[in-house]
Amino acid sequence: MNTVDGRTTSALLYLDGVHVSFDGFKAINNLSLTLAPGEMRAIIGPNGAGKTTMMDIITGKTRPDEGIVLFDGTTDLTRLDETHIAELGIGRKFQKPTVFESQTVEDNLLLALNVDHSVRGTLFWRQNRSDTERIDRVLETIRLTDARKRLAGSLSHGQKQWLEIGMLLAQDPKLLLVDEPVAGMTDVETQQTAELLKQINRDHTVMVVEHDMSFVRELGVKVTCLHEGTVLAEGTIDQVSSNERVIEVYLGR
Amino acid sequence: MSHMLTRSLDRAATTFILVVAACGILIPLSNLLLPSGSFLQVPTYLVALWGKYVCYAILALAIDLIWGYCGILSLGHGAFFALGGYAMGMYLMRQIGTRGVYGNPILPDFMVFLNWQKLPWYWYGFDMFPFAALMVILVPGLLAFCFGWFAFRSRVTGVYLSIITQAMTYALLLGFFRNDFGFGGNNGLTDFKDVLGFNVQAEGTRAALFALSCLFLIIAFLICRAIVTSKLGKVLIAIRDAESRTRFIGYRVESYKLFVFTLSACMAGVAGALYVPQVGIINPSEFAPGNSIEAVIWVAVGGRGTLVGAALGAIVVNYAKTFFTSGALAPYWLFMLGALFILVTLLLPKGIVGTINSWWLPWKERRLAAEAATSAARENGVSEPKMAE
Repeated sequence: MNTVDGRTTSALLYLDGVHVSFDGFKAINNLSLTLAPGEMRAIIGPNGAGKTTMMDIITGKTRPDEGIVLFDGTTDLTRLDETHIAELGIGRKFQKPTVFESQTVEDNLLLALNVDHSVRGTLFWRQNRSDTERIDRVLETIRLTDARKRLAGSLSHGQKQWLEIGMLLAQDPKLLLVDEPVAGMTDVETQQTAELLKQINRDHTVMVVEHDMSFVRELGVKVTCLHEGTVLAEGTIDQVSSNERVIEVYLGR
Repeated sequence: MSHMLTRSLDRAATTFILVVAACGILIPLSNLLLPSGSFLQVPTYLVALWGKYVCYAILALAIDLIWGYCGILSLGHGAFFALGGYAMGMYLMRQIGTRGVYGNPILPDFMVFLNWQKLPWYWYGFDMFPFAALMVILVPGLLAFCFGWFAFRSRVTGVYLSIITQAMTYALLLGFFRNDFGFGGNNGLTDFKDVLGFNVQAEGTRAALFALSCLFLIIAFLICRAIVTSKLGKVLIAIRDAESRTRFIGYRVESYKLFVFTLSACMAGVAGALYVPQVGIINPSEFAPGNSIEAVIWVAVGGRGTLVGAALGAIVVNYAKTFFTSGALAPYWLFMLGALFILVTLLLPKGIVGTINSWWLPWKERRLAAEAATSAARENGVSEPKMAE
């Protein structure tokens, strides 16, 4: 069941019949979901619907009890650890912004850059022009050029969220998993973040988990609603938000 | 390689190296050349005592590299120090030869006393200095590598790791206490006569050992600086501050931990090897868990994650220990030491050097920010609106 011979799906990410339970609690229950290359997908759902657990499974933090998780049609993610999956090209932004607080904004991006990550490679590593240029570009994209020398810990909450997105960009993964990027942001920052994600989506596949419905609407992409660890509804924001079950369990009447 | 050297030498690092080098040259010279009793002459007993402090400073650097920069709190680093010391002690034992109490050309006294007929295989080769010197680095390094391999792969972190490092040094303590272990049991190794042909008691040898200890302190410091100022140093700090985040960016955290832990153990081993000829004895009490904890306290007092602070902390605390244990204050020395630790924890939670840094770094950062702002304004002609903070 875990062996994969040849490419069986054109999807970049393919989950089929995934189950996970923690002490009898079914966090993920027969979850199936596919993400096409280049797509941006918004995931919504009430607390405890399994959104974060799903990301944990994709990034190797949690092993599913059963089910298939394929990346790029050929790679079985259930057998790899976090580092390996990150090297394959799956980047993740956490719900709570986790940047390296005691290091500068620039160093945070430098660490995320997808260059040689071996012990020897980092010990003798020297920054070259193209690395500097890439960092400059990312800084510009996330609007933190002026803050490059500041310690990441001294940034505002919204700036930290952006820095973390910037670290994803420096990592240049094929698939970005973004967990609640606008939590705690002001309306202006939320607006800017939506634009930032759209810009990123031009050359990356993105999966966004978010509670903020106006933000999801702003993104204007296909929406999947999870509930009790399984897909409840999938479609455009209008289709999903008019779905009777979704209104009942999540949006409220 | 040259860029690594220039990068690691900022003003504080250069000052530290110059001060240690000056001590390493001037103190032995004053001891040997000035007439004894003169005001500036450093008496031999002080040279030996300070030499001991310098060895402790190397151990403190080793601990600071893993604890201060990578967040690995080892409470068993005394074990690597002691293993390096035992390797050197075995060489010194073999040098005694027929000058021992029993006059046996091969067997050290304690083996004759225990009626051993021949040298155990693990004592082979220790009559040759290069072999012993290799073992000083290899034995602690290998133990640390095996220990770290299992601990870091199983993702043992935090207090759990600290506890098993304590268990490791305690297990070694019990082992080395046994006579049948073959390292002199309770008494350890002592009665050394000479090292590389020089009498260990002679003033010249003691002065040379002091100078060598200073040299190795500088080398250890340079290695640590080169590491913490490289990109690898940034990865170590990232692991310390957010280990799982570092994994998710694609760093193999366990390899990094294994690398610094093993290197740190090798450094501790060298410190122990320099220590033994200067104090003239190595016994199982060096493995005592309390010793390892004390070494961590030196680092905390001096300032974790500063390197210079770690070395300074080792010297300050041990000087205080010597000061309080001699003279009228002797009966109260444990209270004094306890008070020192409590005061540092309460008043200087970042340690001596860490506190000094926190005074002057914000000032430095403000100055940098101001420079950046003015240069940006000059480049653009107009000042751009800054982002809301």
